[in-house]
Amino acid sequence: MRKLKGLILSVSLLMALFVLSGCELIIFDSAGPQAQILTDLINWSLVWIGIIFVVVLALFITFVWKYRARPDNKDYMPPQEEGNKVIEIIWTLIPIIIVVILLVPTVKSLYALEEVPAEYADEEPLVIHVTSADWKWIFSYPEENIETINYVTIPTNRPVIFKLTSAGTMQSFWIPQLAGQKYTMANMETELPIVAEREGEFFGRNTSFNGEGYREMEFSVEAVSQEDFEKWVAEVHEYADELTEEEYYEKLQPSHLGRETYVGTHLQWINHADHGGNANEKILNPEAYRGHGYPGKIFHDPENAGQQHDGGDHSGH
Amino acid sequence: MDIKWDQILIIEEPIMFWTFIGLIVSTIGLVAGLTYFKKWGWLWNEWLTSTDAKKVGIMYITLGIVMLVRGGIDALMMKYQTSVPENTFLSAQHFNEVFSAHGTIMIFFMAMPVIFGIMNLIVPLQIGARDVAFPKLNLLGFWITASAAILYNIAFLVGGSPDAGWTSYFPLAGKEFTPGIGNNYYYIAIQISGFGSMIVAINFMVTILKMRAPGMGLFKMPMFTWTTLITCLIMIIAFPIFTIALLAGMLDRIFGAHFFTVADGGLDMMWANLFWLWAHPEVYIVILPAFGIISEVVATFSKKRLYGYHSMVWAVIVISVFSLLVWVHHFYTMGVGPTVNSIFSITTLAIAVPTGIKLFNWLFTMRKGRIVFEQPMLWALAFIPTFLVGGVTGVMLGMASADFQYHNTLFLVAHFHYTLVGGVVYAVFAAFYYWWPKFFGFKLNHKLGNWHFWLFNIGFNLTFLPMFFLGLDGAARRMYTYSAETGFAPLYMLSFIGTLIIAAGVTIFVINIVYSTLKEKRITERDVWGTGRTLEWMVPTPVPAYNFAVIPKVEAIDEFWHRKQTGKEFVNEKEIKDIHMPSHSWLPAYIGLAFFISGFLFVWEFQALAIASLALPFLGMAINSFQYDDGFYIPAKEVIETERKDRGEQQWKAK
Amino acid sequence: MESKITNYSVPTEYQSELGKMNILGFWIFIAAEIILFATLFALYGVYHNRTAEGPTGPEVFVIRDVMIQTILLLTSSFTCGYVITSLRKGNVKSANIWIGITLLFGLGFLVMEINEFIHYAHAGLTIQTSAFGSSLLTLLGTHGAHVTFGVVWAILLAIQLVQRGITPITASKVHIWSIYWHFLDVVWIFIFTFVYLGGLM
Repeated sequence: MRKLKGLILSVSLLMALFVLSGCELIIFDSAGPQAQILTDLINWSLVWIGIIFVVVLALFITFVWKYRARPDNKDYMPPQEEGNKVIEIIWTLIPIIIVVILLVPTVKSLYALEEVPAEYADEEPLVIHVTSADWKWIFSYPEENIETINYVTIPTNRPVIFKLTSAGTMQSFWIPQLAGQKYTMANMETELPIVAEREGEFFGRNTSFNGEGYREMEFSVEAVSQEDFEKWVAEVHEYADELTEEEYYEKLQPSHLGRETYVGTHLQWINHADHGGNANEKILNPEAYRGHGYPGKIFHDPENAGQQHDGGDHSGH
Repeated sequence: MDIKWDQILIIEEPIMFWTFIGLIVSTIGLVAGLTYFKKWGWLWNEWLTSTDAKKVGIMYITLGIVMLVRGGIDALMMKYQTSVPENTFLSAQHFNEVFSAHGTIMIFFMAMPVIFGIMNLIVPLQIGARDVAFPKLNLLGFWITASAAILYNIAFLVGGSPDAGWTSYFPLAGKEFTPGIGNNYYYIAIQISGFGSMIVAINFMVTILKMRAPGMGLFKMPMFTWTTLITCLIMIIAFPIFTIALLAGMLDRIFGAHFFTVADGGLDMMWANLFWLWAHPEVYIVILPAFGIISEVVATFSKKRLYGYHSMVWAVIVISVFSLLVWVHHFYTMGVGPTVNSIFSITTLAIAVPTGIKLFNWLFTMRKGRIVFEQPMLWALAFIPTFLVGGVTGVMLGMASADFQYHNTLFLVAHFHYTLVGGVVYAVFAAFYYWWPKFFGFKLNHKLGNWHFWLFNIGFNLTFLPMFFLGLDGAARRMYTYSAETGFAPLYMLSFIGTLIIAAGVTIFVINIVYSTLKEKRITERDVWGTGRTLEWMVPTPVPAYNFAVIPKVEAIDEFWHRKQTGKEFVNEKEIKDIHMPSHSWLPAYIGLAFFISGFLFVWEFQALAIASLALPFLGMAINSFQYDDGFYIPAKEVIETERKDRGEQQWKAK
Repeated sequence: MESKITNYSVPTEYQSELGKMNILGFWIFIAAEIILFATLFALYGVYHNRTAEGPTGPEVFVIRDVMIQTILLLTSSFTCGYVITSLRKGNVKSANIWIGITLLFGLGFLVMEINEFIHYAHAGLTIQTSAFGSSLLTLLGTHGAHVTFGVVWAILLAIQLVQRGITPITASKVHIWSIYWHFLDVVWIFIFTFVYLGGLM
């Protein structure tokens, strides 16, 4: 028993230690109003979660300690109680109240996160198309006519709307210090409005597992002032190469790339987000994903489509 | 002939090669041992063809423990790989295969078989029945699960392992992005194991509805039986959805269909929807019986009736209903809009209420009780704070917008391990220590049990507590390594050390089973723990094949406790008649094998042959249809002898 | 559970505990089947407009053939009712004749369905064409596979009726099969309404 208590004590001490150092954890270090909404909500939930945890744990420890079997209560016959309506109603109502306390700000924040924050609503947002491919992030600036890979430069204190889609597998776009996650899916477009209120380099990555190169699917967000942003745009147009269609499709192949910058965007050639269409069919290339093990048959290759009823040809005889 | 062995057998990496050699050597050893000791007949007649629910249960649990070891080794490899930054112990591809196997095996071939095994052992005894409703079908359920497990487990050596995670999300799991046959194993093996689960669900539902002892109304059933009944109900609702999802996925991969593909109209998120429509209820399929076990153990070792029995039952029913209404919370980040996310946040958090009720009921069962710290109770006690951590972090994850920050991070991983390990595995260990003596006639060693308990608990918290903080610091799940600049290294290391301690705990548990089998004192008293409450404690120890010499007439909740209190006798020798028993059958083993062969052909994409081979299991069913074997009888005389043997007359009546 | 008769006052198929439990177990199985088909319908509902470059439903459906299929299956459900009536009267011969008639209608339905699939393939619609094709053919195929299973099952039961006559066990087996057969008929009515009529509307 003493051991159990000691364990609980040390565990809670350990936890307290972590929570105290929690200000360093990345999701508590927000750099914009969207992420701040989330940080506030998480802190609010931690308060209530903490209360529940402490109360239940206190009851648990008290009961276990107080009613433990001792040699002197060997003949004690506990009351065989069925329950108590009043107590049971109380411990149904209290959780319901706590749930409501947590749900109200959750629902509010869900709606808030879909919109550009009210204080920035008048400003013209910068639209950036994000395309995820195996295993890189492609950012297209239609207005500025720029395409970057694995990094994105944004101006501070101006709303940015990311329009997310994918050229194949599904990814989850996450910049913890600026906003929560959103999926990127082929034949779909999702939107994520953000505002960076602080200059700096922010970490972003894919959190949805998508194969061998998943771990490397990171990018960085360079938040700079509006003037620096304009300067960056001008520099790109001066020094960067023109993106060609052929080159773009080459980049969609499964590979790891460093940071790259081009003039022009791929949006003129292909719309990965076309919901009803079949735009992504032509960029699929199963051969590029062949790993170890038995290859199996692939149906997207027209040469293989004819073999579907011929089951016997496989181990090469 | 040029068979490409290098593509068929995956032994290019040293780990794989040595695993392969090890498997061959141990298989030869096993076969040689069985032959040398002339145990083949015993194995076949006493176990593999036995329709006795208790033996089927033990086989299920054995399968579960073997798979626990396999999944545990996977966990160790993952944790070792991530213990230091930029580790090269496993390649990215190998790591992906390992974590996919870990999740799949732990859910389908560890948790489910163990839970099914406990149901097989306990439910008939708790409801005062001699058997389950369909004994042969019951054995078939085991064989199908086992053949699915074997099929899944050979993947990593033969043809390539599934590598798209246990959720196997499309389009990644589609042919466009994983063209090898590896992921076929997932869709085929899991489909087969799903048939086994359906069999369990139907069998136990009919057993509980039809075979309860006279007088046992639904609201006199023990809690574990209640949770089993509700679990069966969820399985019947949820599994067919998954059957179709897996069928569609298999058609996509092997027959070129377009359910979830990127091209030609497929919708990848349709898989996610169907998967979680099944997989969220699945979580409750394994956790509800665990709740039942905890309820039994807490009541027994507090020497008290379960507090708020009725509200407990209703809580289980409400949880089961809500479990079907929350699937979207697994992909809040899909961008379906605030309205849908709000609705699913509400249903998700609503589950916290009945779960809270259960927690308080357990606490109040202990209040005013006399708590004895036997092994089962230790696990049940540890369950409460551990599951509480899992529960409250679940509430945090259930808040849709906050989930945008936790989704797919190690925070999530830590959360579901606190619920699935802290919930299911702890309860299963409690069940193990609790019911073991009833079936084997000796307790598991107390001292080794203590070591097992403390090592496992310390190791578990050391492994998963740091992962909450890693997640909050931006560590995504399923990353095979990370750079040193992230600063994740110390916590990852801590987590690895924890895993080693867990492994030590599990090793001691296995040693304990062996040690106790050899050394522990044999016991024959019916009421092993002295404070048993339900009918399973009324039959002789170890439980005879026929369970109850006389089917009891039930008068109260906790009938056994009631009889002890009122001094009513357990068995009236005059009422003992011949007892009908089901015959053994080889058909379930055959059908299991048939499913394995057929599944293997599907995996290897011999389409025409595979479809034709489906006739094999149906042939077994056809043969079964013509068998009119009506079982056999154990003569009353023999029953009376068994009941008397080594037990002395005085134990026939309550003291 | 024993197959001995425990209650003479009910129809033969309910007289033994085994028969009763088998029937309850089968009803639970039917519940699972309902969810299985509901999922297939849901998939079809989502995918029926996602035809990619392939043909649409109204372009390939031949409503005359589908009407014939419907009539065949509905009639077989009707004759299946006579199987049970004969069973209750204790007439093995008449039961087997009605099983035979039911199977003829069932086989006719299957022939029509295979013909339908061949027609679709010629019209350029296979399981590989589009999401629409995949979901349509999977729905129809699953139903067709169930009918095929039902046909084989009934043949095995007819043999057992000849071998053993009408006992509580054989009666409960035939009864279970008839539940299954009626269920497939109901599923077909839904397919006819939602897939074919719905497609043409």
